[in-house]
Amino acid sequence: MTEITKTEPKIRIRGLYKIFGPQPQRVLPFVEDGMGKDALLQEHSHVLGLNNISVDMMPGEITVVMGLSGSGKSTLIRHINRLIEPTAGEILIDGADALMLSPERLRAKRRADLSMVFQKFALLPHRTIEDNAALALEVRGVAKSRRRTEARRWLDRVGLSGYECYYPHELSGGMQQRVGIARALTSNSDIMLMDEAYSALDPLIRSDMQKLLLDLQVELLKTIVFITHDLDEALRLADHLVILKDGMVVQQGEPQDILLNPSDPYIEDFVSDINRARVLRVRSVMRRGDTNGHAYAGDVDADANLESVIAVSGGDTTHCYRVIEGGAPAGELDMKDVVRALVPRVSSSQTAA
Amino acid sequence: MAFYDRMFNGLGLRDWCGNAGADSSMSMADLLAQANPSAEVNGPVFPFPSLDALNDACPAIPPSRDFVASVETGFLAIKDGLKLVLDPLTQPLSWMLEFALLAVESVPWWLMLPVLFVLVWYASRSKPVTIFVVLVFAFLGFVDHLDAAMQTLSIVLVCTGISILFGVPIGIAMAKSNGFQRAILPVLDLLQTLPTFVYLIPLIFLFSVTEPKLYGIAIIVYAIVPVIRLTDLGIRLVDRDVLEAANAFGMSAPQKLWGVELPLALPNIMAGVNQTIMMSLAMVVIASLVSAPGLGVLVLRGIRNLELGVGLVAGLGIVLLAVVLDRVSKAALARVSATHKHH
Ligand SMILES: Nc1ncnc2c1ncn2[C@@H]1O[C@H](COP(=O)(O)OP(=O)(O)OP(=O)(O)O)[C@@H](O)[C@H]1O
Ligand SMILES: [Mg+2]
Repeated sequence: MTEITKTEPKIRIRGLYKIFGPQPQRVLPFVEDGMGKDALLQEHSHVLGLNNISVDMMPGEITVVMGLSGSGKSTLIRHINRLIEPTAGEILIDGADALMLSPERLRAKRRADLSMVFQKFALLPHRTIEDNAALALEVRGVAKSRRRTEARRWLDRVGLSGYECYYPHELSGGMQQRVGIARALTSNSDIMLMDEAYSALDPLIRSDMQKLLLDLQVELLKTIVFITHDLDEALRLADHLVILKDGMVVQQGEPQDILLNPSDPYIEDFVSDINRARVLRVRSVMRRGDTNGHAYAGDVDADANLESVIAVSGGDTTHCYRVIEGGAPAGELDMKDVVRALVPRVSSSQTAA
Repeated sequence: MAFYDRMFNGLGLRDWCGNAGADSSMSMADLLAQANPSAEVNGPVFPFPSLDALNDACPAIPPSRDFVASVETGFLAIKDGLKLVLDPLTQPLSWMLEFALLAVESVPWWLMLPVLFVLVWYASRSKPVTIFVVLVFAFLGFVDHLDAAMQTLSIVLVCTGISILFGVPIGIAMAKSNGFQRAILPVLDLLQTLPTFVYLIPLIFLFSVTEPKLYGIAIIVYAIVPVIRLTDLGIRLVDRDVLEAANAFGMSAPQKLWGVELPLALPNIMAGVNQTIMMSLAMVVIASLVSAPGLGVLVLRGIRNLELGVGLVAGLGIVLLAVVLDRVSKAALARVSATHKHH
């Protein structure tokens, strides 16, 4: 359903396995033959971190990885900058095999193209906030004055101006996390890896930071890998959503798609509590094609959410709207489809049972 | 008749042994036995099979005194070779100690003490500590122990400096390599368990007693252990998450060492330095046995000549110096730790 011309993925992960334990190569065949995480732990005392992961991450897109605690999200994101070495599989960045990089080249790659926000902040406790934020530039050998202006610019952008000369232990958890975000932003790298980068933030700041990220995307078009536990956040940010369970990808694709067609009871559970009217967009529910046939009640934008359409229609389910996408009519929206889309599949399967 | 005669006879080794006791040189026990014929009866019925006891029965086996003598000749044999290598290597230590002692001797007190106090202020940034140091040195000067105290202090500082110079890199290498750590730990254990006097024995033969490096080496070998151990520990304890971040942003090994590991290990290293200083001070007093100048010499004089007052006042001086060194290094440590607080 995407009409964008196919581009090369920025990050391409193919058949990635990670097994933690003393002899990962020995137990790898069992996993390849379909042994699950629990069985592997019980029978071979190895922890299955990632199980046959294949994901393409497109340039300029935000790929959101979701999953329960322990499902392997942090493990997956650490493979992209090779903080963890895989047991098997391949990782291509810009088409080049990231696993073949020499230590020297890997370090250069990390300096230039990869930045990361850590779940546990991981700030340098003996450095001021400003020096922490400027870390990436310092490593690259950028002059002090430029480091300073860049770091201050991004600290300001995450709402921490005035704290430049403080030390991390003098800041709250949420503030420390924002220093971590500023550190990654200051790096201005093509790829940003964000491991639960917003988990310690209060709802207001969190919403601010989400907006910051989306605004940035308009300007800078980075390739962002974003881990979160929060489905609302995932749906707001994601161009591509990957759902992990026990180290396996259970479903991935466009978030609206996953919401409308969950492939698995696990995902149905995942998405059942969401406010669908606010999340679902007209473009995922509309019927594409001819727009001459009907008398329309009005025009709606393809990117509007269903909540706003319902408000416009005043709750009347007999209406039909013309959908405008990019200035041109692209199809029509029947209010009956809107209502149908609002009912999650879980409840329908429950009534059936 | 020796107890083990029958054993050697039974094993058919009599010929190899030579004739038991008869015309071989007499051991002390034999002489005693001759002087007092009942001694043999009173002697142990089943003597420990020591060299001496076996020698009684079989002259081919050397007595203990030969063993001791051979250790000595062995040591003397390698001594020259060892001296050839160690002498030039350790010569700078002699120069440094001589220079420090000369400096203490020739710089007038009204220049030396203010410089010292300023240094104390910079290290500790603590008014009470600085005032305490001023009072202690005023007192030492007042009772005419300033020169001796300054000699002791300068030896301690030189030896501590060298301990840090070698101890920190060794500690870093231990933290980086488990194999190296396994190799070094027993040596450190040995150095810490050896009684301090035992160090001095081989050193006395290796170097002349007039050379400062004799006591310099004794002090450093004894005092370097804590700074090595705590550097190793400090670097191993560096938060793994922080190191991961350093890796993620592409820091090189030297950047990580200087920018992350050493600063984060600094409180531990400083704790090691504090202990090293205290151990240097303890050892410099003992080293006065081998011509280390300073307060220790006065203590020694007090013991030798039973001059109680001299010994006690010098002892008090050492205690005051110890408290000063401890307070100042702890204040410096506290200052460093304050900026390193975690969470
Ligand atoms: N260094 C390691 N050694 C052994 N097992 C590990 C290691 N790191 C992770 N694991 C295991 O891999 C699995 C995935 O861990 P991971 O940290 O990726 O989870 P996560 O999805 O990030 O969870 P959370 O949401 O709690 O952060 C877990 O079962 C964990 O026990
Ligand atoms: Mg995680």
